[in-house]
Amino acid sequence: MIVVEKFGHLVTGTQAYIHLLLPRVSYLTLVTDKVKKHFQKVMRQEDISEIWFEYEGTPLKWHYPIGLLFDLLASSSALPWNITVHFKSFPEKDLLHCPSKDAIEAHFMSCMKEADALKHKSQVINEMQKKDHKQLWMGLQNDRFDQFWAINRKLMEYPAEENGFRYIPFRIYQTTTERPFIQKLFRPVAADGQLHTLGDLLKEVCPSAVAPEDGEKKNQVMIHGIEPMLETPLQWLSEHLSYPDNFLHISIIPQPTD
Amino acid sequence: MAEEPQSVFQLPPSSAAGGEGLTEVSPEITTPEPPSSAAVSPGIEEPAGDTKKKIDILLKAVGDTPIMKTKKWAVERTRTIQGLIDFIKKFLKLVASEQLFIYVNQSFAPSPDQEVGTLYECFGSDGKLVLHYCKSQAWG
Repeated sequence: MIVVEKFGHLVTGTQAYIHLLLPRVSYLTLVTDKVKKHFQKVMRQEDISEIWFEYEGTPLKWHYPIGLLFDLLASSSALPWNITVHFKSFPEKDLLHCPSKDAIEAHFMSCMKEADALKHKSQVINEMQKKDHKQLWMGLQNDRFDQFWAINRKLMEYPAEENGFRYIPFRIYQTTTERPFIQKLFRPVAADGQLHTLGDLLKEVCPSAVAPEDGEKKNQVMIHGIEPMLETPLQWLSEHLSYPDNFLHISIIPQPTD
Repeated sequence: MAEEPQSVFQLPPSSAAGGEGLTEVSPEITTPEPPSSAAVSPGIEEPAGDTKKKIDILLKAVGDTPIMKTKKWAVERTRTIQGLIDFIKKFLKLVASEQLFIYVNQSFAPSPDQEVGTLYECFGSDGKLVLHYCKSQAWG
């Protein structure tokens, strides 16, 4: 549910909220045309400038996938997720501008290229044609799974003699730090040939996220709203739980105390 | 050795304005495309994960974008791409409304809130991160 900011001046009788079902894998500014239209026709023109979203005081980064924002900021809250839409006082320090859908496309393709630089030294994405890149984007934009995966499966391949990608594209987010995210080089297979697991990754790059053997579990490690077992091979996660931008977006959130 | 004064220029510390704070690195690297790592000043050490230590970046112009006389800079790891864009624009005296794009691996444009330290760890080589900058979109 998306609620308009309190100080907006609404025409009497108009609903100050709108319900939407949004894909986790998409971006807020890509799927909220309806929100804009709904509120724009009922607000005074002078009250409208650039649209942005907020949840409990935190401006929502449009360039993070919706599912990541929800996992990171609101996974313990009841559904529907209540977020507030603003039409003025754009928080320059916290958010990037999103002047058009081209900006979202450019961001998305850039993430894909970065991911493939890690997975295949960019070889797969560079061998694709412009129309393939377009198809990836259109598949995401139109929520067309088959259209997207017809191309994306090529990005998920690796040489038979290897046991996985060169490096796993991942980003680890925590609400407890100011830093945007942790991203490092991490291989899917250890030197001894063993497959690296999600637990191995966390122990290496974010040890504070995992509880000691006998310790109490303090954090949840969440991808797409679920907590995968820490024994899950990272390569498998990368192939099956990456977002469309080909990154594994991993949220570390405090264990709810209930 | 990392601080060889004639070889690295310090970017001014990043501030709220974001534009201050690179440290100049290396006059001898003013020729584009140093033929090999031998051309790079020998004193640059791997910062080895120390988050406080600065990293070296090499800035290369693309197309008709003006070149910077100083190409090599030492930068805090936490500096963002936006901070770097602001700095380059100021250095080249571009007007605020002009766009500037920064590319890694001559391939992708990291998002403006991304930290250079992270990019260095994933895409740096020979102890430095090479970034291309351009006034128009150079790579898709």
